[in-house]
Amino acid sequence: MTSPVATSTVIRVRVNGRDVEALVPVRLTVAELLRERLGLTGTKVSCEMQVCGACTVLVDGNPVSSCTALACDLDGTEVLTVEGLAQGRDLHPVQEAFMAANALQCGFCTPGFVMMAVALLDTCPAASADEIREWMDGNLCRCTGYAPIETAVTLAAARTDDGSPEDDQ
Amino acid sequence: MTAGPRSDAWEKVTGRARYAVDMVMPNMAHAAVVRSERAHARIAGIDRAEAEAVGGVIAVVTADDLGHLGRRFGHIVPDHYVLAKGKVRYYGEPVAVVVAETPHQAADAAGLVWVDYDDLPVLTDSASALASDVLIHEQSYTEPGQEFLGVAPTPSADNAAHRGELAWGDAETALAAATTVVETTATFPLVYGYAMETYNALADWQPGSLHVVSTAQHPLMVRKELARMFSLPLAAVRVEVPYIGGGYGSKSYTKLEPLAAAASWASGRPVKVTTDVEGAMYTTRADGAVVTVRTGFDAGARICARDIDIRFDTGAYADNSPLVLTKSINRSFGPYRIPNLRVRGVAAYTNTTPASSYRGFGAPQGALASELNMDMAADRLGIDPVELRRRNLLAPGDTIIDGKRPLDADLAADLDAIVSALDSHRAAPEPGTLRGRAVAVTASDAGASPISTAQVRMHADGSVTLLVSSTEMGQGSRTALAQIAARELHVDLDSVAVGQSDTRFTPFEWTTGASRTTTVVGLAVQAACADLWDNLRAKAAESAGVPVDEVVVHAGRLHPAAETLTPAEVIRRWFGVDAGEVVGVGVIRRDGATEMLPPFWEIGAVGVEVSVNEATGEVTVEHLVTVGDVGHAVNPELVKGQDLGAATQGLGIALWEEMVYDGEQLTNPNLIEYRVPRLRDTPRRITSVLAERGDGAGPYGAKGAGEGALNPVPAAVAAAVGRAVGVWPTELPLTPPRVWSLLHQAGAG
Repeated sequence: MTSPVATSTVIRVRVNGRDVEALVPVRLTVAELLRERLGLTGTKVSCEMQVCGACTVLVDGNPVSSCTALACDLDGTEVLTVEGLAQGRDLHPVQEAFMAANALQCGFCTPGFVMMAVALLDTCPAASADEIREWMDGNLCRCTGYAPIETAVTLAAARTDDGSPEDDQ
Repeated sequence: MTAGPRSDAWEKVTGRARYAVDMVMPNMAHAAVVRSERAHARIAGIDRAEAEAVGGVIAVVTADDLGHLGRRFGHIVPDHYVLAKGKVRYYGEPVAVVVAETPHQAADAAGLVWVDYDDLPVLTDSASALASDVLIHEQSYTEPGQEFLGVAPTPSADNAAHRGELAWGDAETALAAATTVVETTATFPLVYGYAMETYNALADWQPGSLHVVSTAQHPLMVRKELARMFSLPLAAVRVEVPYIGGGYGSKSYTKLEPLAAAASWASGRPVKVTTDVEGAMYTTRADGAVVTVRTGFDAGARICARDIDIRFDTGAYADNSPLVLTKSINRSFGPYRIPNLRVRGVAAYTNTTPASSYRGFGAPQGALASELNMDMAADRLGIDPVELRRRNLLAPGDTIIDGKRPLDADLAADLDAIVSALDSHRAAPEPGTLRGRAVAVTASDAGASPISTAQVRMHADGSVTLLVSSTEMGQGSRTALAQIAARELHVDLDSVAVGQSDTRFTPFEWTTGASRTTTVVGLAVQAACADLWDNLRAKAAESAGVPVDEVVVHAGRLHPAAETLTPAEVIRRWFGVDAGEVVGVGVIRRDGATEMLPPFWEIGAVGVEVSVNEATGEVTVEHLVTVGDVGHAVNPELVKGQDLGAATQGLGIALWEEMVYDGEQLTNPNLIEYRVPRLRDTPRRITSVLAERGDGAGPYGAKGAGEGALNPVPAAVAAAVGRAVGVWPTELPLTPPRVWSLLHQAGAG
């Protein structure tokens, strides 16, 4: 019996502004690359079926479930995770809004929600209440009952729409 | 923007907060669990040769390899082996564990462990299990010393894991004499208490010591079981619990820790075991229940008797279910004047995932039938359901159960608040839509055992480190307990740091559950602060050369003789340098304010208005009203967060959540087919009321929150849907097909 040999491939990817070159087995997920290889444990994994959104990261600006995306497909892309949002000590407006609205309890879903909200506001800075509900419906939270999260994203949208400087990359 | 009300918000929005699943140890190996593919079978053989040949595999461990670790565990009924021994009792039970260098290697090899089974008859529901001669456990587990909180394993000749009873008066005679008797039977589904961080544990066994990092809600309980299993002193077992990614009771007591520890022992490496959602659904769920309530009323619509029969589906192992059943019995009849009562309960072993604690702890199961029963009775008696409840509610100070703490809440006032909120926002009529409203109330003997220890260390600058073993799983206890310490010590909240639960460093705590932390641990923090003031006074007196009783403490300052000193000045003066610290310790046990059990009654008081789509049977929650009857809200935002979160989990049980078995196998072990509430399911209007009447035994009159707002929700939704449709539901969840069937019955009737 031979062990199942994984074919590996070299990828070049920019993660939170840092150039990464890695030899990755083709089966390695983006979440595994981030968490186990790069030490970026802010990205959380829960359902592993693209249902809960906890593992959401941005790949070239688009929200992606990192639990089921393959690291080998990242070659030539830019990845943004929750760790890359803040500019030094200054939080992203979405992060500030989640703090202000008490939009978290255990916090395990928070990075995924924050990344999805960033993707929403990058796409539609003046997101309507319906757009917020539609986009955020793809993330699960088991603690808060969602209302504070909706409030947080609404707050962040209002702030983005006010013409406050956007400090995400 | 203003800062939020939590001290952990910054690290959680930046992804910097550490959870057990993020932790690593040097030279760490990874484990994958081989799970049973039979629900009830003898293990005829295990072939691990192929698995052992996989590159990177360090060990393939089965029950036969565990030697002295092969003892059963279970804090009430010791019925559970770390790895199945001789036979398996449910689909998904751990049979072997593979340890390898990487998670991929472990998972690959786990699929190559071949287990031969000799099938046994499978019992997947409580009724057939209790009627069957086939025993899931061929023996009773009545070893001496297993009593836990007054609940002890009982010998059993059938598939009952536990039985219990509570009675006073003569219910049967009173029911026979009643003017009206109303009977309700309701089925509460098998529910998975999904926490987004699934169970995981990292264990490092070394000769004479064991270090575990895990998702345990109750690290001290886990320490005790591991110490027994490994024949180690308590002090040699270190259980460390960083932030927990959701608990809700589902992470109470011992889960994966023995497996990780045994794998470390067998492989000689630190080993991490994780579960996916499917593995988590094979680890623990809540007890399903069929509950029948018969209530007798006199001519004045006053309750003369209640007779309640509770049958739990407890799954393959008892875990905490005997205690859940005991509490369910206590919580099933409601906060009403009931002169004659009989409640009988049985928890049945079945060949399904073992059940244990889940938020509400037996209360929602009983309330579903008994509060629905109150609505059915109101209909039969021609009385408004709120008026029927008012006529029968207990008043503050009344006895709920003889010998227990009298009722420390004003339920009539809570009910008024709910009705007022519901009345102020009645949804407008819509064609094709039926509307229904209902209220429900519960009272739970909460707080668990009032045993808690807190330590406050004041440093030379007057700042404070607070050490407690209460675990932080999102409820915000580190924030609330820091607020209590800050208030007692007259320091800013920013000057209080709260340590992570770690049995090597933080002091004893019973559990983190039963909504107990603010009340019971809060009292321990207050006591520790009082002890710290005593110590500061003594040091101030010694430094000033005056008797202790001449040192006055006022508004955060100490006054030896004519001087005014800050605590920091007292510390620095006593040590003679800008250094040192003074420590206060607070201990709570069954004494004083917490002598009488329960430490408090946790109230659930909710109202709902629902819409039912006549064409599809889809239910929409138009308005949810919760009353947090918490005595005093140390942090009102956190209390409201608990109430909405708990109520939302109640809505999940009411409308969507159910583990479905088809034969021996769970058919929906994933979050596509096991549907939990999503953002767009949230009620269209939410009213969260806090009732602060200072009537609790905790700090500043506080009582607990956390479970209360879940407990009455499934019942309230069932009653509201029943009113909308015109047929009373008999089982949850009220999915569109079920509600469509009710609509069809109503039409046919």
